[in-house]
Amino acid sequence: MKRIRLIARLDIKGENLIKGIHLEGLRIIGSPNEYAHKYYHQGADELIFMDTVASLYGRNHLGDIIKSVAKDIFIPMTVGGGIRSVEDAIAILRLGADKVAVNTAAVTRPELISEISNTLGSQAMVLSVEAKKIESNKWEVYTNNGREGTGIDVIEWAIKGEDLGAGEILLTSVDCEGTRRGFDLDLIKATTGSVSIPVIASGGMGKYQDLYDAVYDADADAIAMADVLHYNRLTFDEIRKKSTISGIIVRDYD
Amino acid sequence: MIKNEVVIIDYGIGNILSVQQGFEEIGIHTIVTSNVKIIEQANHLVLPGVGAFEKAMQALHNLKLVNAIVKVAKQGVPLLGICLGMQMLLDESDEFGVTQGLGLIPGRVEKFPIGKNDHSPIKVPQINWHELVPSISKISWKNSLLKNQKPSDAVYFIHSFVARPLSNNHILANYICSGECIPAVIVRDNIIGCQFHPEKSGKVGLNILKNFIAL
Repeated sequence: MKRIRLIARLDIKGENLIKGIHLEGLRIIGSPNEYAHKYYHQGADELIFMDTVASLYGRNHLGDIIKSVAKDIFIPMTVGGGIRSVEDAIAILRLGADKVAVNTAAVTRPELISEISNTLGSQAMVLSVEAKKIESNKWEVYTNNGREGTGIDVIEWAIKGEDLGAGEILLTSVDCEGTRRGFDLDLIKATTGSVSIPVIASGGMGKYQDLYDAVYDADADAIAMADVLHYNRLTFDEIRKKSTISGIIVRDYD
Repeated sequence: MIKNEVVIIDYGIGNILSVQQGFEEIGIHTIVTSNVKIIEQANHLVLPGVGAFEKAMQALHNLKLVNAIVKVAKQGVPLLGICLGMQMLLDESDEFGVTQGLGLIPGRVEKFPIGKNDHSPIKVPQINWHELVPSISKISWKNSLLKNQKPSDAVYFIHSFVARPLSNNHILANYICSGECIPAVIVRDNIIGCQFHPEKSGKVGLNILKNFIAL
């Protein structure tokens, strides 16, 4: 029996909740505030907010959204996109977030992981890894929301991230993201087998079986879901029921 | 000071806003402060906290808050330590060398156990929702922080070290992780610590904040 966390991931562009394919080709879904409340009331275990263009344009629209949802949403919130310094991280936490997810700025300057971890605690430092498959069992780290390759090996980077003080890894498969064809199980398995911190699997969930496979075949500690929730293919209630029946322990919620 | 008011100690660490908004959601007026005089007059005092033990204790010392917290606690005022705030209630911590805590509940902060043989190893930080179970001391949950808590009610944990009171009589509830008992709520008279984050545990957590104010 495995116990996992069910997380709603909200990708944000400007003021809108959006959804893309392979992190590209963005479509507007609606108001982030409205969807955040919907998932909170459905019993999401956590929320992840990612500003999809922040690192590209060097700005962050998320502040106002976080401040507003933190008023009456009482579950953990992770915020990513455009966080470049400890000061940025502190500012986001002061608005009511609990963790920051860092990708591009950590690749540019890996010491940032240690700085955030030492100042705010490793539990607040989520290393966001965007992974693109380059050959069998080999993945490259991408930055700027799946736009730029770095030449860095995903597994080596995940291990280094843990050493530097990351408390968790948000692992997004650029190849699977938005496709609804399931997670990159090899990627998740290779990562969970290489680090001892929790790994959140993200990118590709289209049906319940995908979640089950990520947990049982690839050892994911948490599942981030977007598309499948935004388009009402599954609700948290349905996911919890299916999980319980198939031997995955999730939070009881009514 | 009025009854429906809580003083939250601000020593510059972590997300205090959520603790504050959690209390306000249940209709409790909040004062967020590092002012010794205000803290000494509190009717209900909350010590929040995330991050490193040593840094947090240092911050309390720098703001000259250690004596004030101990004084208020010894006067019988309900004191709630949350997460790192709970761990600081104990005597000392092994995190990055030994650091002295507030010494309000005998015990120490230790590394996580690895997990029982027939279970998967415990991942650290331990980040998950867990249900609470009574400790072997069988202290009643009636009129406590956990009044009305159902066996299926899970709360949100995120921590890398474990608070271990010396006496089981100071453990009100545990959670079970890979077969190991991890203290979740510790109590010594009016001094209470919870390892989980009530302000991040949805409705169940807000009810726990209500219970604290009712003490």
